[in-house]
Amino acid sequence: MTHNNTELHDLTVAQLAANLRDRKVSAVEAATHFLARAKKHATLGAFLALDEDVTLAQARAADVTLAASPAGQTPSLLGVPLAHKDIFVTKDFVTTAGSKMLTGYRSPFDATVVAKLAHEGVVTLGKLNCDEFAMGSANENSAFGPVQNPWNITRTPGGSSGGSAAAVAARLAPAATGTDTGGSIRQPASFCGITGIKPTYGRASRYGMVAFASSLDQAGPMARTAEDCALLLSAMCGPDADRDSTSLDIPAEDFSVSLNAPIEGLRIGIPAEFFGEGLAPDVRAAVDAALAEYQKLGAKLVPIVLPRTELSIPVYYVIAPAEASSNLSRFDGVKFGHRADQYTDLIDMYKKTRAEGFGDEVKRRIMIGAYVLSHGYYDAYYLQAQKIRRMIADDFQQAFKVCDVIAGPVAPTVAWKLGDKSEDPLASYLADIFTLPGSLAGLPGMSIPVGFGAGHMPVGMQLIGNYSQEAKLLNVAHRFQQATDWHAAKPEGF
Amino acid sequence: MSLTSDDIARIANLARLALNPEESERMLTQINGFFDMVEKIRAVDTTGVEPLAHPMATIQEITLRLREDLASEPNHREANQRNAPAIERGLFLVPKVIE
Repeated sequence: MTHNNTELHDLTVAQLAANLRDRKVSAVEAATHFLARAKKHATLGAFLALDEDVTLAQARAADVTLAASPAGQTPSLLGVPLAHKDIFVTKDFVTTAGSKMLTGYRSPFDATVVAKLAHEGVVTLGKLNCDEFAMGSANENSAFGPVQNPWNITRTPGGSSGGSAAAVAARLAPAATGTDTGGSIRQPASFCGITGIKPTYGRASRYGMVAFASSLDQAGPMARTAEDCALLLSAMCGPDADRDSTSLDIPAEDFSVSLNAPIEGLRIGIPAEFFGEGLAPDVRAAVDAALAEYQKLGAKLVPIVLPRTELSIPVYYVIAPAEASSNLSRFDGVKFGHRADQYTDLIDMYKKTRAEGFGDEVKRRIMIGAYVLSHGYYDAYYLQAQKIRRMIADDFQQAFKVCDVIAGPVAPTVAWKLGDKSEDPLASYLADIFTLPGSLAGLPGMSIPVGFGAGHMPVGMQLIGNYSQEAKLLNVAHRFQQATDWHAAKPEGF
Repeated sequence: MSLTSDDIARIANLARLALNPEESERMLTQINGFFDMVEKIRAVDTTGVEPLAHPMATIQEITLRLREDLASEPNHREANQRNAPAIERGLFLVPKVIE
């Protein structure tokens, strides 16, 4: 029934779309297949919401359109099943953002990114687990339980898009949406051996994405190939002026057009600070091997410096919590979400509601944020951090004068064991060191699988591009995936 | 710089968060540990550097867009109130505010 007898769940989005177009498989068959897998592997903890009736109704509608589409004019994602990180609001599924604050919340509207993918005919499989309000790097901060890494279920899949990464790696969905504020697409993609991309800040609308840090949050696709990510990102990006005031006025682009462009002469910048003492030897070995492969493909490695790499940690962890404290002030039990049962007056209602609805990490970040924005501290912390942020962004511009893309590790180690860093929030902040600089600068960044490290855990390599260079990044990633097959590796038992 | 329990209480009040004594103490230790890490940003010389709010301001002028002050959304009151904890006759109910 499928393409060369391959299992349906081993097909990429591109292959699945072709099979659907050629009527080798129906949207209902595909959706049914993945729903069964989600149920079978429920212990991974990847899904927070599933609704067979809703999914199959969407699939039936897709089949009707597929049957009526003139050959060659079928939209490229019609009938393809996909799951959404639970940070995106959806009309047809509950949205929790991984928080008790939003238990049972039914949004009256779809996030722009959800609507755009639905417009292309994507079939929603369900909502995926994530760290609460996207705050975390291990998916251990979800109010609804942790997610397991399919490569080793005693380990974290990464965060905050842990459910998305685990679902794709375990073939419970051919692709998923994620969001990235400080690395939350790139790092879980790396830990789970899949491909993910965070576009330039402002290219994908944040309307309907439960807000964590407004100057950093970005939506992006997570799948098993750069080719798939290009298809999905093209559908997800585009101006949304009326609904997202930070949305860039850059027209929607087909990021697949130059996927196969040759990369001879490509200058890959290698930041010295990304290859220092803190980098685990097994990660270094896998990334070095990938860079050697790029040289075989004709690329040149150019040494560069990003001198404020280490500073990006305190800078980010001042800015992001500050913005979060503002964004999360809307959760007050008045108009939606959790409200405490017992309270004496309005202020008490706010305090008890928020104490009951928010988890520890969220409370911690709200407190930090409120502090750095408070009278007497704003200049020394928040304003100072925003100034260093500009210096970090300028450092990248200096680097891009001598290179076309920047490459390096995504994280200092492979995925750690569940529970290892949960008592020490600072330890997990420090592990964000390589993804934070690109986030602060708002640059597009990707993670592609490049091998395995300690414990046979996946290692990802990061590619960072200049503003609006998503097509180039995807091309550089795709050429590597044409020459190697790390991206095709599959965890045992799935 | 070191925060005190008074600081924790003051910030928790600003952030409208009720913290029990055990949580407050844990928060104090963790946040102080956190600020030890953050202190280093204060030593950075940022003279003459403008803060960066929108990342694209690195390479181009960014001004916040304003739209026409015209009502563009129809009234979706019922859908928008579906998740409300307490409503009556289309109004959100809250504890009495005015004495």
